[in-house]
Amino acid sequence: MRIDETDRRIIAATQGGLPLVPRPFAAVAEELGLEEAEVLERMAVMQERGVIRRIAGAPNHYALGMTANGMTVWDLEDAVASELGAAVGALDFVSHAYLRPRAMPGWPYNLFAMVHGRDRSEVEAKRARIAVLLGPAARANDILYSTRILKKTGLRLSRKET
Amino acid sequence: MMRDQPILDGLDRCILNAIQDGLPIVAEPFAGLADSLGIEVEELLERIARLRAERVITRFGPFYDAAAMGGAFCLCAMEVPEERFDAVAGQVNAWPEVAHNYARTHRLNMWFVLATETPEDIVRVAEAITGQTGIMVLRFPKLEEFFIRFRVAA
Repeated sequence: MRIDETDRRIIAATQGGLPLVPRPFAAVAEELGLEEAEVLERMAVMQERGVIRRIAGAPNHYALGMTANGMTVWDLEDAVASELGAAVGALDFVSHAYLRPRAMPGWPYNLFAMVHGRDRSEVEAKRARIAVLLGPAARANDILYSTRILKKTGLRLSRKET
Repeated sequence: MMRDQPILDGLDRCILNAIQDGLPIVAEPFAGLADSLGIEVEELLERIARLRAERVITRFGPFYDAAAMGGAFCLCAMEVPEERFDAVAGQVNAWPEVAHNYARTHRLNMWFVLATETPEDIVRVAEAITGQTGIMVLRFPKLEEFFIRFRVAA
């Protein structure tokens, strides 16, 4: 989608979050010198085109006591990967699930599902639940725990004019 | 070390689950949810503000998909010899295109996300890191994504 300078200003003003007031888009509009209706319309179009996924809260697993997280990876038969990936993504303890290409030799896994728990044993128990759900369609699986954050930066807005 | 965890009551938990599903882009986006929870908008806003202040949610607002704006993202992994790990992490992290980087427990022990303006730049940067470090950068682009949220028992 092509976004113009006004869209860009709206994104810049809201990517850190929305004001928690009854009419947040009116507050954003006022800050930018726009009409509320224009902000609503532009953001609705951005949502329609997939630029905005949703207006939502991002949970902090660490603050919720979910201090262990494991990236579970699964080798799923291609024919059922999409259907089973959706089933895994719908589990309440899975925060992200994606299909990705394999990297052979050595990496046969095509489904990645991030699992959170209070400790590693809880994460392992959840991995076992996924294994039951997937059954024989999952030919192999593994789990990778993160041990250190080496770098973390937020979304950087492209400077490119579109 | 014990850390203090925020205490969430049943209503907080319902709110936490509901706001992950998303609110509509309308003039009064909180009104419908407040209604369905049987509370006033003011109370809903106070509770969301408290969840944010206590870091139960890191932010509340629009989630932008930079890829839909023309950007590109790719998860990448490398198998880095332990004795070179910190040096290679320094080389990788020096690229502004590297958004996050995690050490993980696997033969492939370094996992990072490249964020660039174009898909071609993903390949260019991944190959440049391979050239710079002598370690193959494997690329795992997203082929399909499943709906993402995290639920607490309510």
